[in-house]
Amino acid sequence: MKRFEVFLPVVGVAVLLTVWSLTVWARVVDPVLLPSPISTFRAMWIGMTSGKLGLDFIKTVERTIYSTAIAAVIALPLGILLGSSEKVYRSVEFLIDFFRSTPASAMFPLFLVLFGVGDRTKISVAAFGAALVILFNVAYGVMNARKTRILAAKVMGASRLRVLWDVMLLESLPQTFVGLRNGVSLALVIVVVAEMFIGSTDGLGQRVFEAQQLFDMPDMYAAIFAAGALGYGLNLLFLTIERRFVHWAGK
Amino acid sequence: MAGAQLAAKVGPAGTLSDSSHRTAPHVTIRGLTKRFSDATIYDNFDFDIPRGKLMSVFGPNGCGKSTLINMIAGLFPVDAGEILFDGQPLSSIKFGYVFQSYREAMFPWLRAFDNIAYPLKVMGVPKAERTVRVEKIVANLNVKIDLNLYPYQMSGGQQQLVSIMRALIVEPEILFLDEPFSALDYEMTLFMREQLQRIFVETATTTVLVSHDLEEAVYLSDRILLLSRRPARAVEFVHYDAPHPRTLKTMSDPEFISIKAHCLEIFQREVRKG
Repeated sequence: MKRFEVFLPVVGVAVLLTVWSLTVWARVVDPVLLPSPISTFRAMWIGMTSGKLGLDFIKTVERTIYSTAIAAVIALPLGILLGSSEKVYRSVEFLIDFFRSTPASAMFPLFLVLFGVGDRTKISVAAFGAALVILFNVAYGVMNARKTRILAAKVMGASRLRVLWDVMLLESLPQTFVGLRNGVSLALVIVVVAEMFIGSTDGLGQRVFEAQQLFDMPDMYAAIFAAGALGYGLNLLFLTIERRFVHWAGK
Repeated sequence: MAGAQLAAKVGPAGTLSDSSHRTAPHVTIRGLTKRFSDATIYDNFDFDIPRGKLMSVFGPNGCGKSTLINMIAGLFPVDAGEILFDGQPLSSIKFGYVFQSYREAMFPWLRAFDNIAYPLKVMGVPKAERTVRVEKIVANLNVKIDLNLYPYQMSGGQQQLVSIMRALIVEPEILFLDEPFSALDYEMTLFMREQLQRIFVETATTTVLVSHDLEEAVYLSDRILLLSRRPARAVEFVHYDAPHPRTLKTMSDPEFISIKAHCLEIFQREVRKG
């Protein structure tokens, strides 16, 4: 029985593919709306290797990475700064919480006016959303550093700056990675939405939208799966980095 | 043996000659006052901590045992009073502090070796010398732990031993331990008592231990400070001069038993007062 446990993770996938195939085979749904798994994955394979889908995929990856990187460069130092003084954080907490709760998509028109139609708008809206998520998590990570650990460093004669650098910063890393993972997910969402609407010519969002307009269902599903794979992959990437660098998290 | 000895007189540190220096108190506490919002913990408290002795602080729950050593070690501010180490303020001496919660006091991102070396890093000691000094203390204390491990990969006792070594690496003049064994299981506690005694015999560092276990306090200590309920007073300063290291045999020694009984009697009297 034990031997079969390694196959547990693929059970759900197998069930989904089976139900999907049976649905197509039994013609429960109009075949135009729901293509078979095989034609979907064929469309994905062709699109990724030789078609436009691969280029769109890369475009979306680029935009997501750029916006997350910009967000991190702004939010990490700012979060550490705010978190290192609880009084400072409390004084701007409302602003952070307010804008964190504002749907970033509502900012599109404003950013369009500011940056025009193009990559800069997409990247800056996504960076805006991601930065607030990262900022919030980093600040909380720094603020919630174990008091005993800070005291321990102080008792050894560490200066405030050294306590911040050697203890609070490292203490905040697990929470910082939570912020980075949430931030990159949000950035991807915003980038894909932006690609769908504002005068886009490429990207996964545009690919999904265009395939739907052309009623090319296998292509549309292929683009959706590609976006899903991208989101899953980015999350996995950050988890791997986290496990590598924050080996003590949760221990 | 069990006599009250609350030294009140002390000369200015500068006037002490070499021979009297060795017998003069190490730490002098004068007029110490500490209030929390709802209670006065210490009110004009005077006390002398003897040099080169292992001293325990014991008293009723919430009387301020830990608060006392936290104030002496500068973790909490005092409201009034003066604490001097050979006439010097805390900032001019080297001391070690061991926390009860080793899990929260260790740095989990550093290997045990680097945890022990960290106070030296703060002091600006170069890396090569840090390594030499950690290796020396490990050899002196005959510690057999893989110091390449991270704290979370170690048992509780090992972690606390590492944190004691971290406190000792600076060659402190005084070592504070705040209930260092209370988070350990009994087997580990017995082991750690032996380790602490070995360290004390080896270094003869003035040691102040807060304990919630009277038997442990008497077993380990040369002096036991018995505190009253808040505001805490020194009810008695009990001497127990059996040589270190003490063993399981000590526990059945008549003197040990009578001192323990005496301390317990005072403790219960103080508890009933409240």
